[in-house]
Parts: sequence; C-alpha cells; structure tokens
Amino acid sequence: MRSNRWVLPIAGLFFAQPAVADWQLNLVEGATEISRSVYGLHMTIFYICVAIAVVVFGVMLWSIIYHRKSRGVKAAHFHEHTWVEIIWTVIPFAILIAMAVPASSTLIQMYDKSEADLDIQITGYQWKWRYQYLGQDIDFFSNLTTPKEQINNEESKGENYLLEVDKPLVLPAGKKVRFLFTSNDVIHAWWVPALAVKKDVIPGFINEAWTKVEQPGIYRGQCAELCGRDHGFMPIVVEVKSEQDYQQWLASFAQAQQAQAAEAEKTWTKAELMARGEEVYKVSCAACHQLSGQGIPGAFPALAGSALMAGASDEHVDMVLNGRSGTAMQAFAEQLSEVDLAAVITYERNAWGNDGGIVTPLQIKQRIQ
Amino acid sequence: MDQLKVKNFRTVRNLICGCVLMFGFGFLMVPLYDVFCRVTGLNGKVLNTGPVSEQFQEDRQRQVKVQLIAVNNEGMPWKFKPASHSVEVFPGEMKQTHYVAFNPTDEWMVAQAVPSVAPAEAAEYLHKVNCFCFDQQPLESLERREMPLLFVVEAGLPDYISTITLSYTLFDITPENRSVQAEDDNYRRASL
Amino acid sequence: MGMLDQAVHTEHHHGPASGITRWLYTTNHKDIGTLYLCFSLLMFFIGGCMALTVRAELFQPGLQLIQPDFFNQMTTMHGLIMVFGAVMPAFVGLANWMVPLMVGAPDMALPRMNNWSFWILPFAFSMMLSTFFMEGGAPNFGWTFYAPLSTTYAPPSVTFFIFAVHMMGLSSIMGAINVIATILNLRAPGMTLMKMPLFVWTWLITAFLLIAVMPVLAGVVTMMLMDIHFGTSFFNAAGGGDPVLFQHVFWFFGHPEVYIMILPAFGVVSEIIPTFARKRLFGYASMVYATSSIAILSFVVWAHHMFTVGMPLAGELFFMFTTMLIAVPTGVKVFNWIATMFRGSMTFETPMLFALAFVVLFSIGGFSGLMLAIAPVDFQYHDTYFVVAHFHYVLVPGSIFSIMAAAYYWLPKWTGNMYNETLGKVHFWLSFVGINITFFPMHFLGLAGMPRRIPDYALQFADFNMVASVGGFIFGLAQLLFLYNVISCIRGGQKATDRVWEGSHGLEWTLPSPPPYHSFTEPPVVK
Repeated sequence: MRSNRWVLPIAGLFFAQPAVADWQLNLVEGATEISRSVYGLHMTIFYICVAIAVVVFGVMLWSIIYHRKSRGVKAAHFHEHTWVEIIWTVIPFAILIAMAVPASSTLIQMYDKSEADLDIQITGYQWKWRYQYLGQDIDFFSNLTTPKEQINNEESKGENYLLEVDKPLVLPAGKKVRFLFTSNDVIHAWWVPALAVKKDVIPGFINEAWTKVEQPGIYRGQCAELCGRDHGFMPIVVEVKSEQDYQQWLASFAQAQQAQAAEAEKTWTKAELMARGEEVYKVSCAACHQLSGQGIPGAFPALAGSALMAGASDEHVDMVLNGRSGTAMQAFAEQLSEVDLAAVITYERNAWGNDGGIVTPLQIKQRIQ
Repeated sequence: MDQLKVKNFRTVRNLICGCVLMFGFGFLMVPLYDVFCRVTGLNGKVLNTGPVSEQFQEDRQRQVKVQLIAVNNEGMPWKFKPASHSVEVFPGEMKQTHYVAFNPTDEWMVAQAVPSVAPAEAAEYLHKVNCFCFDQQPLESLERREMPLLFVVEAGLPDYISTITLSYTLFDITPENRSVQAEDDNYRRASL
Repeated sequence: MGMLDQAVHTEHHHGPASGITRWLYTTNHKDIGTLYLCFSLLMFFIGGCMALTVRAELFQPGLQLIQPDFFNQMTTMHGLIMVFGAVMPAFVGLANWMVPLMVGAPDMALPRMNNWSFWILPFAFSMMLSTFFMEGGAPNFGWTFYAPLSTTYAPPSVTFFIFAVHMMGLSSIMGAINVIATILNLRAPGMTLMKMPLFVWTWLITAFLLIAVMPVLAGVVTMMLMDIHFGTSFFNAAGGGDPVLFQHVFWFFGHPEVYIMILPAFGVVSEIIPTFARKRLFGYASMVYATSSIAILSFVVWAHHMFTVGMPLAGELFFMFTTMLIAVPTGVKVFNWIATMFRGSMTFETPMLFALAFVVLFSIGGFSGLMLAIAPVDFQYHDTYFVVAHFHYVLVPGSIFSIMAAAYYWLPKWTGNMYNETLGKVHFWLSFVGINITFFPMHFLGLAGMPRRIPDYALQFADFNMVASVGGFIFGLAQLLFLYNVISCIRGGQKATDRVWEGSHGLEWTLPSPPPYHSFTEPPVVK
C-alpha cells in the first residue's frame, strides 16, 4: 500500500461517490416527545432570528441603496436619540423573555426524574460503547463494523458507512428508558439525534438522561466529544423494537449466551480458531496493531515477529485478558467471549509468520476462573 | 515628567497585582468548585461521608430504590461487582451491603474506588457512613475480598426522586504505590 | 517635553536604526506594531494551511490524505495558532500602531516592555510548532485541551505546548498592561475618556479582560503540568479530582477570550463605518456601555460551553438566561452601526466593504449564538458542525474581516501609499464568497448530525463537505491577493494625503502619511 500513496486518493474519487446523495438541511424531528419539542423550539427560534434579520438587514440594504454618495445624498447630522436607543434595548429583551419561557419548560421536561421501566448503563471506551442492562444478565460491547477497506477507499462504501455496529443497543418501544453514562478512559459524548439525547460520559462520574421512543425503528448517532484518534469511528446504533420483538430479542440473547458457553466446551481445530480469530482481530485489535500486525512504530507494538507471540502462551493470554496498565492496551476479558479470546490469541500467535501454537477456549475458561 | 513616571508605575503595579490575584483565583476555583458541587450536587460528587453524629429519622412511608453500579477504569483488570444490583431502603434507614473485588492478575495491586451519584440532586441526601472508597484497597494476586458499604438515605430526599444510582469507578493506582509495597514487604520480612 | 524623554527610547535619534537591529531592539510603537502585524500574517498563513489540509481531507468521505491522529493534530494546531498566533497578535499590532496616534501620545507608556512582549511570541510559537517533530506528534486534543485527553492520554509534547501557552500568555498580559497604561496616562490634554475613539475604548476594555483571564489560563495549564509531572490530581478522578473542573476553569478563561477576539473588531468597525458614511457614529455613549456590559456578562456565561456535562437544572437555566442576555448589548451595537449608515452619504471602498460584511455576517454568527444559548436545543447542536459554523462566522468574517478592514483603512496612513483599490475589491469579493461557501453549509451539516473534529464521515454529509472544501480553497487562495496588495502598497504606489479618506476623523489623520517616526512629541490639544 505504501508505494501507492498517490494512487489511493485518485482511486478514492471513483469509489467514494456517495451512494446516497442527501442534502439534508435541517434537524431531524426525531422519534420522541422531547425530540419533537426540541425541534419545535429550534424552528421557533430560527424563525424569530430570520424575522429580526429581515428587518435589520432590510434597513441596512435600504441605506446602502438609497443613502449613497453617488446618488448625491448629503449626510444627515443626527448621532443620538435616547428614545430610539431605549426602545431597541427593551424590544430585544422582551423577545428574549418570549424565547426563554418555552425553552425552560422543555428543559424542565428533560429533567423529569420519574421512575423508569428500564435502566441501562452506557460506558464509553476508546473507541467503542458498552451497554449493560441493570438487573439483567445483558452486557455487551458495540463496535464499528465498517471494514477498513471502505475507509481506505479500496472498496465502495456501504449505505451506512461509519454508522454501523456489530451489536446495536436494543430498546423496547413505548417504555421509559433511563441511561446512566460513564466512561472507562477519556470523556466521550453519547448522542443520538433522533432521541435528542446528548450527554458527556466522564471517567469516574455518572450522568443520566432518559428517553421514551414511541415507534420501533433504527436510529443512528455518533460520539460527539473528541476522544482521541478514532473519535470519528465510534458510532451508536439504537434499535427500538415493539414489546413482542423486544421479548423475543431478550430470549434470543439469553440463548446466544448459552450457546456461547457451550461453544467453549467443544473442541476447536486450529483452522476454526484461525478463521474466527481473524474476524475478531479485525474488529477489536486492528485499529491499533493494524491488519498487517505491524502496529504503529512509537505508538502500538508490532505483533508480527513479537517475542510475546512466540513465548509461553500464559503471558500472551494475560496481556489480552488483563491489558497493560498505563498503556492503551485494554483488558479484553470482559469484552470478548472465551471462544473469541482463544481464537484471537491463536490467530495472533500464528498469523504473519508467527508460530506460537494454539490456545483453546477451555484454557481461557480456566484462566478466567 | 516624574509625575508621569509615578503614574505609570502605579498603573503597572496595580495591574500586575490584578494578574497575580487572578492567577490565584484560578487555583481558588478548585476548592470553590468543591463547595459549589456540595451545594448544587453538581456531578453527583458525594462529599457527604463519614460517621454520623445525629440519629437519622426513619421514614417508613416510602421506599427508595438504590441502584449499585461498578465500573472499571481503563487497564483495571479486577473483577468488581456489587453484591446486588439494587436495594430498597426506607429513608433514614441504615443499610449495609458490599461489593466484591477479585484480583485475577499474578501481581499485587492497589485500587481506589471513586463514588458518584445520579441524579445529582440526590447526592447530598445519600450519606455514606462507612465505605471502601474512603481508603485505598490493596489486593494480593488472586485475592478476593468483600468490601463493605454502609449508607443511609436521609429522610429529606425530595419526593420526586424514587431511584438513586450509586456508582463506583475503580482506578488502578498501583504504579503510585510501588514504594509502599516495598516498605510493606520490608515490614513483613522484619516481622518474620 | 519631559514626557518624551520618559516614553521614547533614551538614545534620542530622529529616525529608525538600520538593519536587523532596528527590529530586534526597537521600542518604537510603530515598529512594534508592524512586527506584530507581520507576525500575525505569517501565523494566519500557517494556520490557514492547516485548515486547508483539514478541508482537503474532508473533501470526500474516506481517509485519503492524512491519518486520523494527524488530522487531530491539524485541527488542534489550526485552532491554537489562529486564536493565539493570528487574531490576538493582529489586534495587539493594531493597538500598538493606532492607540498612541489616536490618543495623541508620543509612544506606548512602557516601550521596553513593549519590545519584550512582542519578541516572546516568536519563541512561543517556534516551541509550539516544533512539537510536530517530536515523538508522538503535536498536541492532538483539540484547542480546548479537555482533561484527561490532554493529561493522562496526551502525547509527550504536551509539556512544550504548556510552556508555549505560558509564554504567549505572558506576552498578552504585558501587551495589555501597556495598552492600559498608555490609555490611562498618556492621553493628550482635553482627550477625556468619553472623547476617546471607540477603537481605543474597546481596546481598553479588552485589555482589562486580558488581565483578568490570561492568568486563569496560565493557572489551568499549570494545573495540567502538575497533574502530568508532579503527581497532583486536579483533574484526575482517581486522586479525588474532577475532569469537569478543567472545563469550568478553562471556559472561565475561554469565554472572555472570545470577546477579547471580537471587542477590538467592534472598535475597528465603529471607526470605519462613520468614515465612509460621512456621518458621526450613532450612539457613542451607548456603544461604550454596551461594550462594557458585554465584557462584564462574559464572566457569568462560561458554562454554556458545557451544557452536556450533566449540570443540575438550576445551573443550566442560569447559564441559559445569562447567555441570552448578551444578545441585548450586542443588538444595540448592530442597531447603532445601521443607524450610522442610515441617511449617511456612503461610499464603498475596500475597508467599508469589509466592515459591511462584518455587520451582516457577524450578526448571522450572533443569531446562531442565540440558538446555541437555548440549552435544550443546544443538546442537539453541541459539538457538531453547527458550532463550527457559529464560531467561524464570528471569528472569520467577524474578527478576521475587521482586521483586514483595519489593514486597508490604515495602510495608506502607515505606508504613505494607497493600496490597489481594484485588487482590494477583488480580494473582498473572493473572500466574501469563499467564506460563505465554506461556512454556511456547515450549519446544515451540524443540523444533519455531523459531529465536529472527525476525519471521516457518513455518506449523507458528503455533498456539503465537498462544497465547504471548495469554498475553503477559494478563501485561502484569495488571501494571496491580500499579501500581494499589502507588499506592493509598502513598496510604492499613489501617494496618500494626510486625511486619506474624505470622511476620516480623529487625531491620527492630522499627522502626515506616513507619520514621522516619532509623532506627537508635542501633545496635541483636543477641544
């Protein structure tokens, strides 16, 4: 790829042609009562501004056209007028009060503290989201799934380019859901425009917000606070399901978890582990260590040819499970299933010319307990 | 003109004093902010801690749900969970619960738990009598420990709040405490 | 007379020294003003190249030219250089040149300090720019450098960034002290405060803002330094600190800072519009009061930059109301400018064109500012391109246009030569069109949901980003015309008269063009 630095941007001209041409001008109305009242407020204030602008710029344009020297106009001599000045101080003040009233009432509505039907803890990670349903056994990470090839203009971009994840946040329609926000590392911000919810997630502290979406649907958003290198690559997808579908999803989630547990018991061949490991690696590791396993010199160590991959598997497993404190290496024990962990470790130990043998899901399982 | 020199000198002196004061004010904002947080409950900073002197009035009329959350900060490999996700309490009632922490690494580690409360307005009513977050928590390799938490929700809690969330974020502060461990080891060796 | 001995350099000579030492050792306000203006023009081009790199990357979705980390370095350094290297020094340069001429003083009150305050800047910015060549690259945490991204997670170059900020803060404070001392102590007899030109008034207020908030900036970067190197925990939750505290302290500096960048612009425009409308400024006194109230209000609105950090309801309401209140004095200023034009006798030379564009486009930035003040709606706008559009509208066609207007307005006075009017008009129209093509679509992008500071974006944002990038390059290239026009004006051209403009008013126009190296050695008498 290196030698092709100039070809890529040019190739990009062909690949990057937008699949959806979309000249969206305005805020979305959104899917909740709050988002609609925010939209209404936005439009009201916009129209007030437009009205003021028309009057003010109108007078200005009038002067520019009619009070110019080239028309032979002689300048007048007035340079103050107490009453006029008082009037144009008081009128804006009155307009502001008129704006403040609906704004305050919407804000108060947003701060409603009544009991929620469902509480979800949302944790920001560099650069992914984690969703934990409080009091239920649901806990998963949500990663960007847009392939690197699309980002690097080697493939044409999909419809939901950069706004697609492996596991969306699933919510029941018509239920009040309370979000508790916190962060694992730096400050991020969780934002879904259609819900009119944007809250900073701050390490060490929790914030809250709530929503109640009436209609099932898929709503997309992005991290809104600069959080480091891949700030632009941590989207949010919220899937709102009808009560029935939601119950079904809960059941299938539990089933999938059982299946996952069973998977760990089964015997895995090296080929199977390698195939699965490659997929996991792309989503969870390639952002830093790169697809080529070469890392980024000075920032992220190379895995290809690394002594850690060739040495005893225990150390490698420990690194992936528990991370390394004080570096960007995260602890993956809670992020990935046992099979995924075993697969990705096996992949790292055998890809790019490495030869470090395999690690089985059972070994991981024992290690975790 | 000497008069002008004096005038300039005074102006400059006053302005430099102003600068120094504002520099100081920048730092003064740190404690001011803490006071401000206590008054407004901003960020759910819970400063409301320590043993209770007065007896709390128990209010058996209503129950409050206290949700307990555990968060690991980056690079913190411990398993850290509340004993139960939520407890029902009467305002004024002293409640005992605990978190469980387990150090899965093969190294000695120290952690500091940082509490936070949502909604922020509830922070001043949630009084922690005894909490593992008061101290740094060391764990040996593969050690598991129950970490106690004794709290009371004051009866003054506004009626519109029915759920309080108490979160603990666990930070790894081992690097700052390496020397402490060395001293510890010396002490242990000496006492053998 | 004695005033002269004190204020002018002790080596009493009548013209400038020759060679490089003239510029290194100069204590002459005109020389230092020129140095500031040239420095800021250089920084404007450096920061501009960074902006164009960003726009080139955003021309299409996907990563084409630069990688995300370098993109973050570009946006961060673009912001820092434009704010601290281009806009602020340009206004200090204008103050150096014009304040003594406008109040009838022989020089700035503290000439030697004046030399220092300029010569710190090249060192500060060399240090800042050198971070590009360090391991881990330049600062990449945004010009607002929120902790913990700028502390625990920062590249090692952050320490040099902190020292650079300290140095430029020191420079600004010394500049501000000088301006205040000059205005308070060196006014010509009869020049009462309420007779001062509005540019002098706005600078006096700006200088007090600088004195009040630059030390706070110094404080906040010092706290960062201590957190990074000395194990304190101001912003680290693990040690009992709070990352949100950083934002409070930063924006306590940051909001007055944005007025530091716009109040002198108000002053410039208030000088230019009456000149070309051939009519006295309408509502002089209310202009002074409005400027002061904007300055005072700027200390109680800072948290409107932080509506989404999770403040309690009362806090959100308070900061929403105070922020909305700022619209009142700002409105008064705009109405006064328009009342000045009304029934005037207007001509449209380049400075006037820039000033008129300022009034319109700054007002648009004001309207979007008012929308951003509404807390519940700000949840949708916050940290999106809507904000980017807003602050570029107040900074580029606001501050930068006013600086260009000032440059065209006073260039004949400074150099003694007229600039090329046709080229000036071409420059204006290209800038005006370029700027609107660049920044107006950003409103739409923000409303459609595009977050700021992202190197790549979803496909629905592609069209407007392409438009914005085209506009950015039009605006950027148009500035080369400005550079050419300024240089050729310095080198020669049609001789300017003392008054230069038919409608000009004030002490600076009573001097010859160019003014002698030492002017007003005998204080003029103002009636």
